[in-house]
Amino acid sequence: MMNHAGHMTTSATLLRGDWLPRPSVRGHLRSYVTPFNVVAAAILCIGAPVTVNRFVNGLAATTNLTDDVPWGLWIGFDVLCGVALAAGGFVMAATVHLFGLREYQPLVRPAILTGFLGYFFVVIGLMYDLGRPWRLPFPMVYSPGVTSVMFEVAWCVALYLTVQFLEFCPAIFEWLGLRRWRAWAVWLTTGLTVFGVLLSTLHQSALGGLFLIAPGKLHPLWYSPYLPLLFFASAVAAGIAMVIVESMLSHRVFRSHVEHHDERQMNRLVLGLGRAGAIVLMAYFCMKCLAFAHEHGWHLLRTPYGYWWLVEMLGFILCPCMMYAIAARRGLVWLVRVASVVTVLGIVLNRLNVSIIAYRWDAARRYVPDWQEFVITITIVTTGLIMFRWIVNRMPVLHDDPRYEPVH
Amino acid sequence: MSLNRRQFLKCMGLAGVSTGAAASTAEASTAPHAGNDWHAMLTDLTLCVGCRKCEWACRKANGPTDPGPIDAYDDPSVFEQRRRTNSISLTVVNRVGPTRDDEKPTFVKSQCMHCCEPACASACLVGAYRKSKLGPVIYDESVCIGCRYCMVACPFDMPAFSYNSPTRPAIHKCTMCFERLAKGDGAPACASICPVEAITFGKRSELLALARRKIAAEPKRYVNHIFGEYEAGGTCWLYIAGRPFEELGFPANVGTRPYPELTKGLLSAVPFIQVIWPAVLMGAYAFSHRRETATSANDARDTTEGTEPGSES
Ligand code: SF4
Ligand code: SF4
Repeated sequence: MMNHAGHMTTSATLLRGDWLPRPSVRGHLRSYVTPFNVVAAAILCIGAPVTVNRFVNGLAATTNLTDDVPWGLWIGFDVLCGVALAAGGFVMAATVHLFGLREYQPLVRPAILTGFLGYFFVVIGLMYDLGRPWRLPFPMVYSPGVTSVMFEVAWCVALYLTVQFLEFCPAIFEWLGLRRWRAWAVWLTTGLTVFGVLLSTLHQSALGGLFLIAPGKLHPLWYSPYLPLLFFASAVAAGIAMVIVESMLSHRVFRSHVEHHDERQMNRLVLGLGRAGAIVLMAYFCMKCLAFAHEHGWHLLRTPYGYWWLVEMLGFILCPCMMYAIAARRGLVWLVRVASVVTVLGIVLNRLNVSIIAYRWDAARRYVPDWQEFVITITIVTTGLIMFRWIVNRMPVLHDDPRYEPVH
Repeated sequence: MSLNRRQFLKCMGLAGVSTGAAASTAEASTAPHAGNDWHAMLTDLTLCVGCRKCEWACRKANGPTDPGPIDAYDDPSVFEQRRRTNSISLTVVNRVGPTRDDEKPTFVKSQCMHCCEPACASACLVGAYRKSKLGPVIYDESVCIGCRYCMVACPFDMPAFSYNSPTRPAIHKCTMCFERLAKGDGAPACASICPVEAITFGKRSELLALARRKIAAEPKRYVNHIFGEYEAGGTCWLYIAGRPFEELGFPANVGTRPYPELTKGLLSAVPFIQVIWPAVLMGAYAFSHRRETATSANDARDTTEGTEPGSES
């Protein structure tokens, strides 16, 4: 009987054409004219011709990359930051499904959705950056270069994208009313979570590992044999921080979805995350100190790059760590939120430092991104936000579907 | 590049399995290299007069575009700026100094060093680079995806990329005129044209011996250092010079360790993580699950994993 109902809902959903733009009734159209939509449309209008320029005229016409600095904003931000900031998916899935902290369950789906979209758009960003994007599957199926750290990254990201899609499937099937399919997808949860954590550990660290082979090019304050560990620890910190930032934003933007959320309960979760954030950031900070001691970099501290390094270390790691700790102790939800924003900025700063700012810091001609590189990056982020909104407005992401048992 | 069975199995397995295999392959490629039979080049920087005929000959032999008239290369104004190899000039000559009036300038030819254990080859995720049996490090455009990681990896910053090509961007670097060597057609273009014989072509072991003889014979003329003997694990392009190599713009920080070793530790950790991590995670899962079963026995049946697929319907 339930099955029957399920099928009915499917066909109803399909008939309603929920995935299509709604019929063009005038009033309806007018409701699309919101500030967000106007800005997004403007961005896409600039992004589209730049995209054409990139693929018709090549990388030289759209980027300021040089032979000395072969990686720029698209690798530094779209790929490195994208992957780190999408770490919330595996962190929350592990928290709830493996470590059994069930009260965090309401935060899992948004985190997984962000993770999935994050990785999806990392791949899109990569397509812009690769010289021959149409050869993207070559490392997997045609000509594997197994001695490369990049090879490990490629495989893990490809698999993890799939894993995250499967992890999100229960929400899709709930939306479509496919009960039986949903049950299968739910049944896979534990296995997928374990596999997802494994893949994340491998590629988050391998992204740092990419730079191990460039000791002479990365500034010694950032180069370290521990780069893989540092990248992994900071990715966990970024994941936690992003979950906090996101819950804060979602609860503003998608108010109608979270009406029946218990505010008190939410705040408790945020404080709990803040505590975890403090611990992870402290561990990360200590690792950075150890890496620093290992490289004997004292004499470098009193150089411009030294000051810049201290800004990152103190202002964007130690400071949010302290904020988290104080906030968790005193129960200050707003301070946790501030700390999480600073953490996110700090991880972005770190990735940009490693890949751009401190990379070939001695190059005769420093790399500064072309305006078109910024446009593409902004376009990709905007498209991600649009898709996030589209999905959240349709599928049970921020709220449970009352017809189903929540997934633990 | 054809796909052999082993590689095929590797890619068909999980990423885990294949990246696990990475470590062992890395080892194979860094087996102690005899390297004595490798073709190599020795550039004597005390002889080079900066005529840039080698640049012309290289472009003539390998360049994508016509090199133009050879006389145009005499123009000394190009020396005003330091140049690097790019997708058109696979080798470039720079002038260093003079710092004092009574000093002569040194001209430095640079190109791919044809490392004994090349960083570029270990970094490429499609295996586009190969250390050929003859010695040169060669690159195969037909598999390159244009990620430019090899450019990040190369300690000498030699590979260049044709950013301006929208459809066929590729890496460009010196091949030591590999095709010519493979056919046994004599020395590479630059060595053949050099009017002062600053570039000697030969077997690596012979060239090392020659370099040592030269330094021993004229210790005033040369600094006692053969660049490339040990740098980055050794290279097939060797240099001797009259001034310390750091002063001539050679990278001072490459060390003597072969570059592929820098990532070996990480890659060999992969199989361990693959085995240990899931075990730990499943342990954590079992633990938290048991605790829960104990505390709320009724609840346990409803947890996801207890639910058979389809049983909800
Ligand atoms: S010099 Fe650079 S490009 Fe040439 S073999 Fe060595 S690592 Fe490869
Ligand atoms: S640019 Fe080409 S040759 Fe270089 S690492 Fe990437 S795929 Fe390999």
